[in-house]
Amino acid sequence: MDLFRSHVLVCAGTGCASSASMKILEKFEEVLEKNDLQKEVKVVKTGCFGLCEAGPIVIVYPEGSFYSHIKVEDVERITEEHLLKGRIVKDLLYAESIEEDKVKAIDEVGFYKKQQRVALRNCGLIDPEAIEEYIALDGYRALAKVLTEMTPEETIDVVKKSGLRGRGGGGFPSGLKWEFTAKAEGEQKYVACNADEGDPGAFMDRSVLEGDPHVIIEAMAIAGYAVGADLGYVYIRAEYPIAVQRLQIAIEQAREKGLLGKDIFGTGFNFDMEIRLGAGAFVCGEETALINSIEGKRGMPRPRPPFPAVKGVWNKPTLLNNVETYANIPQIFLRGPEWFAGIGTEKSKGTKVFALGGKIKNTGLLEIPMGTTLKEVIYEVGGGIPDGKAFKAVQTGGPSGGCIPADYIDTPIDYDNLISLGSMMGSGGMIVMDEDNCMVDIARFFLDFTVEESCGKCPPCRIGTKRMMETLDRITEGKGTLKDLDNLERLAENIKASSLCGLGQTAPNPVLSTLKHFRHEYEAHVNEKKCPAGVCQALTNFHITDDCKGCTLCKKACPVDAILGERKELHVVDTDKCIKCGACIDKCPFKAIIKK
Amino acid sequence: MKSIAELNKIREEALESVNLRKDRKGTRIVVGMATCGIAAGARPVLMALLEEAKKRNVEHVMVTQTGCVGACRLEPIVEVYKEGEDKVTYVDMTAEKAKRVIADHIVNGKVVDEYTIGAYEK
Repeated sequence: MDLFRSHVLVCAGTGCASSASMKILEKFEEVLEKNDLQKEVKVVKTGCFGLCEAGPIVIVYPEGSFYSHIKVEDVERITEEHLLKGRIVKDLLYAESIEEDKVKAIDEVGFYKKQQRVALRNCGLIDPEAIEEYIALDGYRALAKVLTEMTPEETIDVVKKSGLRGRGGGGFPSGLKWEFTAKAEGEQKYVACNADEGDPGAFMDRSVLEGDPHVIIEAMAIAGYAVGADLGYVYIRAEYPIAVQRLQIAIEQAREKGLLGKDIFGTGFNFDMEIRLGAGAFVCGEETALINSIEGKRGMPRPRPPFPAVKGVWNKPTLLNNVETYANIPQIFLRGPEWFAGIGTEKSKGTKVFALGGKIKNTGLLEIPMGTTLKEVIYEVGGGIPDGKAFKAVQTGGPSGGCIPADYIDTPIDYDNLISLGSMMGSGGMIVMDEDNCMVDIARFFLDFTVEESCGKCPPCRIGTKRMMETLDRITEGKGTLKDLDNLERLAENIKASSLCGLGQTAPNPVLSTLKHFRHEYEAHVNEKKCPAGVCQALTNFHITDDCKGCTLCKKACPVDAILGERKELHVVDTDKCIKCGACIDKCPFKAIIKK
Repeated sequence: MKSIAELNKIREEALESVNLRKDRKGTRIVVGMATCGIAAGARPVLMALLEEAKKRNVEHVMVTQTGCVGACRLEPIVEVYKEGEDKVTYVDMTAEKAKRVIADHIVNGKVVDEYTIGAYEK
């Protein structure tokens, strides 16, 4: 392998790739060749760096210079200035990486400082399509260690000692799951990986598969050895084409190197993997529905027990873990379970990846030790709320989670704390809301998602969520009553108690948690027929204040001629005609139009 | 894959390729690559440094470039930053001299006094 003096890493995660980062990569190759630098500078396609808000991202090593929002046109400048002459192009750097005229490396900027990357450790560092780079950074060493030095029982013990809990949502202790599967009766067993990431806004599993696919192969092989399985299924949604493609390449490379197949490391252990594509139904993230789907049946859950550890794929004992859970495994073996258990809180060990979105400056993917407070995540890693707006709440756990209000911002994040606040860890979506968000509308948004995604097998979920939805619709339209709120609460509790699977059991959470923490907003909708945040259209009217200078810009922008008034006179909104599209607000230079 | 030795071999071979991205510790060799440096022949010096570093399999060494340090008449200039040691500045470099710097200074820890700026100025 040739030695290069400089590496140019171009993010090829889905976020940056959709902003033409592949064209940037091609341009780099072209310009480097033109400048005869192709033997000195290597261009590397990597996975997601996490700070998607700043994409497309280009990192130049050895300096670790962090270029953000790069366009194809910038490539020549970076090449001629930085790569040829060693002058960092400061105006293209991520703004925060320049402080008092000193350029900071990527790992020194605020977004990365608080982070501790275990599951994401290779994402944005290696070329996901080059097995050699994964091996160079200790890849497959954990598998070698397990196969040559440890018994399956010892392997399971290590996972148990690490305190690792499932990262897909429920937080079940992984070691126990491994043990149950190992102890289950049966000649043939399977391991499976749940990559059916479905929470709106969550993309951590996608990033791991896109940025570091080999870690999943290695971890599943370890799991296979521990539980006595020789075949692994990865169930991944077809909407993740890059992840599917890179995992496929990784599997082929591993087979070529003999890291999958027969007699791995000469130990007699055989293991291979297959990919199963999901059609994108949210319910297929539920383990029994996922197993049905792997078998080619309609993706619907079945009652448990028997759990997959006893009766899983093809009715054989199956170990099913989530992508992020697996991504932690090799590190636990290389650095020891004590190291892993030393991170985090008493009952939640290790780190957790969160997909940060909503009203936040640094939208992206981050990994923090368990026990980090919400405040640290939102203000230090996330960079706070844009436009000086006030923080209102944070939604965790996606459609299964709930909203945590500002009063609890100092809560350390772990499985149990989030549940006690009426939310949950879920797969790690984290949506930040500011004063402009209506909590009733948020609850409605998530419920709308679950109504749509309910598979229809059990009535509480199929009919119950629909009825909740209708009630919420009434409330947001100003037709709700106080009795509706009580009914909503009762219905929610019943659905939680009687639904067949996790989807229905958690679907009411967004409504319940907002009812608990933001009941006053519901009451404002019902009693005063007002939406305090000005979101619910039926309850909002547009008004023009005295700040109006009569410039007529709003009048021209209005598509339905609902604004009256002459030039240099105070304008008025005809609320009967107004369709509340907001076009006037965008146009007004004096901020004189308000929602009330 | 039949043995751990095989895995280690791939690892060794690939390590250098990613080390650059991992640690910013170790030795830094900086070549002046502004217009003056390039005109004076910094490119062959840089290539020689890279080749020699690879040939001798030195670890934790990073070869990088910088702009003009102002002493254009002394180009090509190569600066060596070893951890915990003072910076050494070599001037009027050639590809041959560069190879010796790697062998003597980087590998054996002996500064090549005669190429340094101090010796040149005398």
